[in-house]
Amino acid sequence: MALTVQVQSPSMTGFTAPMTAAFSAMFGFVVGNAFGNPWIGLVIGAIVGAGLAFALHALPLKRGQGRLVSIVAFAIVGVVLGGGGGAVAGAIIGAVLTWFVYWLDSGDYRKNVPIYYTAGQTLWHNTFMLICGLIFFFLIAPLIPVMWLSFNAEDFFTFTPEMLAFKAEGYSLKHYRDFLGTDEWMVPLKNSLIIAPIATFLSVSFGTLAAIGLSQSHVPGRQAIMAILISPMIVPLIISATGMFFFYAPLGNWIEANLGLSQAFVGYVKVILAHAALGIPFVIITVTATLVGFDRSLTRAAANMGANPVTTFFRVQMPLILPGVISGGLFAFITSFDEVVVVLFVGSAQQQTLPWQMFTGLREQISPTILAAATILVTISILLLATVELLRRRSERLRGLSPS
Amino acid sequence: MSDTTESGPMLAADGTPLKQSLARALRRQKMRALLLIAPLLIFIVVTFVIPIVSMLFRSVENQIVSHTLPGTVEVLEEWSGTDGDELPPEIVYQNLYIDLFKAAEAKEHTKLGTRLNYEQTGISSLFRTTGRNLDDMGEEWQDPLEDIDEAFEEADFWYSLMSGTGGEELLEERRNQWAALIDEGMAGDIGFTLSGEIAEMLPWTARAYSDFAIYAAIVDEDVVAEEEPWEAVYAALGMDLRSAETLDAIASYSGAGADPLKAAVANIDQLPTITFKEAFADQDEDWLKLENWQAIKVYSPDYTTGYFLNAIDMEKGIEGIQKRPDNQQIYIMLFQRTLIMSLIITFSCILLGYPVAWLLANLPVRSANVLMILVLLPFWTSLLVRTSAWKVLLQQQGVINEILVWLGFVDDANRLILMNNATGTIIAMTHILLPFMILPLYSVMKTIPPSYLRAAKSLGATNWTAFWRVYFPQSVPGIGAGSILVFILAIGYYITPEIVGGTDGVFISNRIAYHISSSLNWGLAAALGTILLAVVLLLYWLYDRIVGIDNVKLGG
Repeated sequence: MALTVQVQSPSMTGFTAPMTAAFSAMFGFVVGNAFGNPWIGLVIGAIVGAGLAFALHALPLKRGQGRLVSIVAFAIVGVVLGGGGGAVAGAIIGAVLTWFVYWLDSGDYRKNVPIYYTAGQTLWHNTFMLICGLIFFFLIAPLIPVMWLSFNAEDFFTFTPEMLAFKAEGYSLKHYRDFLGTDEWMVPLKNSLIIAPIATFLSVSFGTLAAIGLSQSHVPGRQAIMAILISPMIVPLIISATGMFFFYAPLGNWIEANLGLSQAFVGYVKVILAHAALGIPFVIITVTATLVGFDRSLTRAAANMGANPVTTFFRVQMPLILPGVISGGLFAFITSFDEVVVVLFVGSAQQQTLPWQMFTGLREQISPTILAAATILVTISILLLATVELLRRRSERLRGLSPS
Repeated sequence: MSDTTESGPMLAADGTPLKQSLARALRRQKMRALLLIAPLLIFIVVTFVIPIVSMLFRSVENQIVSHTLPGTVEVLEEWSGTDGDELPPEIVYQNLYIDLFKAAEAKEHTKLGTRLNYEQTGISSLFRTTGRNLDDMGEEWQDPLEDIDEAFEEADFWYSLMSGTGGEELLEERRNQWAALIDEGMAGDIGFTLSGEIAEMLPWTARAYSDFAIYAAIVDEDVVAEEEPWEAVYAALGMDLRSAETLDAIASYSGAGADPLKAAVANIDQLPTITFKEAFADQDEDWLKLENWQAIKVYSPDYTTGYFLNAIDMEKGIEGIQKRPDNQQIYIMLFQRTLIMSLIITFSCILLGYPVAWLLANLPVRSANVLMILVLLPFWTSLLVRTSAWKVLLQQQGVINEILVWLGFVDDANRLILMNNATGTIIAMTHILLPFMILPLYSVMKTIPPSYLRAAKSLGATNWTAFWRVYFPQSVPGIGAGSILVFILAIGYYITPEIVGGTDGVFISNRIAYHISSSLNWGLAAALGTILLAVVLLLYWLYDRIVGIDNVKLGG
C-alpha cells in the first residue's frame, strides 16, 4: 500500500501574497531609490507584489501566458519610466516576480525538501540555494560584460548610452576587425600558436614517458623524483620567471655568439623550453592518475601473445591512457597559451604572445580590442572544456566505470 | 614433478639460482623505470631546478666589487673605517686610481657604481663623473714627464723599458683580474713579457703597464710595442717616484730606458706634488665622504648577506647590522601585506567555496555535472580575460559603479573607488582563485557518506548540530587542501595585482618584477624571491603532510 501525503496548496492571503509583497517591496525600494524616493517605491512595490499574486492566482491563465502578460506589463512600465534600459530591467523584474508567485503558489518551494521540514528549515534551504545561486553568479557574471563590451562601437572600456538602449549604432564588429586585421594582434597570436603547441608537444612526450616510468612497481626514490617533477607547478610563477631570466639570458647570449643562431630563433627556443617545463607537472599528474586505473594484466596478455614492448605500448596501453594524455596536454597547452610572466621575463619583443599583448594593453588601457581578444579566448576555453569533459566521460566508459 | 632437485638452491628455467634471477629481473625493471624517467628528470633539472638554484646564488653573490677594484679592496682591509672620521690612507686612493682607470677603459666602472648605489645613494654619479676625468688626472703627470724627456712620448721607449723576463707572475695575475672584470677568457698571446727587475723597481708602473698591455693586445687587438701607453701608466710612474726605495733603485739601474728615468728623478720637482687623495677630491668632494668608503668596504667580500638584509629592511653598516631609516622601510610592510591579503583571499574563498562545494557534492550527479561547468568555465578561462573583466567591472566608470549610480545608491560625484587599491585585488583574486578552493573541497566532500548526517539527525541532532559536529569535521581536510593551494597561488600572484592593484594593492611579487625589469637590482630581486620561495616550500611541505602530492586532482 503506497503512502501518499497530500500537500496542501499554501494559503494566498496568509502566505503567498505577503511573501510576494515583501519580495516585490525590495525591487520597489531599489526602483524608488533611482527616482529619488525609496520609501514610496517600497510601498508601491509591496502593493504591486500583493496585487500580482492575487491576479495570477485568480485569473484563469496558464503559467506561460501569465508570465508573458506580466513581463510585457512590467516592460511597458519600464519603458515609461526609463526608456530602453528600463524596458529590459522591467521585463527582468516582471519575470522574476511572476516566477516567484507561481513558485510559492504551486507549492514548488517545498519540492526539494523532505516532507517533514518545518517552515524555518524550508526557508533556510531556499535561502541556501539563493546564496549558492549568487556565488555561481559571481563566478560567471564577470565574463558577460566583457563579451558584451567587445561589440562596442566606441573605443571605450565602458558602456555607451546607445549600447544600453540596445540601438544598432551602438554596436559594431570593429574591434574584431582590429583584432583580425592588424599585425599588432596577429603577430602575437601567431607567436602564441607557435610556442604553445611545441611546448605542449615537449611536455606531453617527456611527461608521458616519465609517468609510465613512475607507475612501474619498483622505482627508487619515487617521492623525491615526483617532488622535483611537480615543482614547476608549486613554485610561484614570479620566482620561476626570475630564475629562468637569470639562467636563460646568459645562455641565450652564449648560444647566439658561439653557435651562430639567429636571435629570434634562440628567443623562441628559450620561451618554448621554459613553457614546456611549466606544463610538465600537469601531464605527469593527469597521466599518472589515468595509469592508476590501468589494468596491468592487459600488457602481460599482449606480451603473452608475442607483442614486443613497443607494440604493446602503442597498440594496447596508449589507446587506453590516451584520454589522460590528451587532457594533460590540454592543461599544458592552456598553461603555455595563458602564460605571461615567464614570457615577459625570458622572451624579447619578437616573442610577444597574445597574453603579453593583452597585459600591456590592460596596463596602458589602449583599446577595447583586448575585449574582442578576450571573447575569442573565452570561446576557445569553452571548446577546450567541452573536449576535456567528453574525454573524461569516454575514459570512464572505457574503464568500465558507470557513466552515472 | 619427479625431476625436482632434491638439494641445493631452487633454480630458474635457465639454470641460475632463483634468488639471483629474481634480483636481476628486479634490477632490470628498476633500470627500465629510471630510463623512462631520466629524459624528463634531466630536462626539468636543467631548465627549471638549475635556474632556481642559480637565482639563490645570485641573492648572495657580490663579486663585482672585488672584481672591479681588486687592489683597492685588498688594501682597504687594513683600514678599519671605524676610527672616528679617519679616511682611508693614500695607498687606497692610489690603488683606486689604477683599478678605476682600468675599469673605465672597459666601461665597467658604471656597473659597480650602480651596484654600490643600492647601498649608498650618490655613489653611482660619483663613479660616473670620476670615470670621465681619469685621463685628465693622468695628464698631470704625463705632460711634465714628456717635458723632462721626449722619450716618454714614445711607445718604443716604454715597451723596451718594461720588457724582460721574470715578471710573468705579475702579468698572469693582472690577466686573471682582467678576466674576472670583463667576464671573458682573456687568453692569447700578449706579445709582451714583463721584466722582473722593473716589476720590483717600479711596482705601480709595472701593474699599470701590464693592464694596458693585456687590454691593448687582447681586447683591442693592437701591437703593444706600437701603442702609446695609457695616462694611468704615467700616473703610476709618478706614484713610484715618490718612494725612496725606487729612487735608490733607479740610481743604480742601468738597463733599457735608464736615462729618461734618471732624468725624471733629477727633475722630480717638476712633477706634481698633489696626493691622489687630493686629486680625487678635486674631481668630486664625495671621495672624502666617510660613508662612501664604508659602503665600499662593507660590500667588498665576494659573498654578502646584504641583499637579504635589504629584503627585510635592514642594512649592513660598518659596525654591524642595523635597521634602515624609517622612510626606506618597505619590504617588511610588503611581505606583511602579501600575507594578510592572501589570508583574506583564502578566507573569502572558503566562505564562498564551501556552500558551492557542498551543493555540488550533494546534488544528483547529473545536475551537479551541469553546475560543475559553471565552476570549470572560469577555471579554464584565461587569467587575463578574467582580470580584464574585473577591470571593466570595477573601474570608476565601470559596470558596478554605473549600476549603483543609475539606481541612485551612489552619488555620481562620489563613485566608489573599487580599483587600484587593495579592495580591487582582493575581489578579483578571490574570483580567480575560487575554483582552486571549490575543486579540492568537492573531491573531499564527495567521499563523506550522506548517511552520517541522516544518522545524526535520526539520533536527535538539529540540522546545525549535525552539520557542525558530524559533517564539518570530515570536510576539514578539504578546507586545508584548498586553503593551502589558494594561499600558495595567492602569495606569488603578479598579473592581477599589477593591473587592478594600483599602489596599495600590490604584492611582493610586483616588487620583484620591478627590480628585475626597472631598477635592475637583480640581487635584491633574487633575495626577495628566495624568501618567498622558502615560505612557499614550507607551505608545500605542509600540504604534502596534510593531503599528499599524489592526491592533487585537476578539474574533478
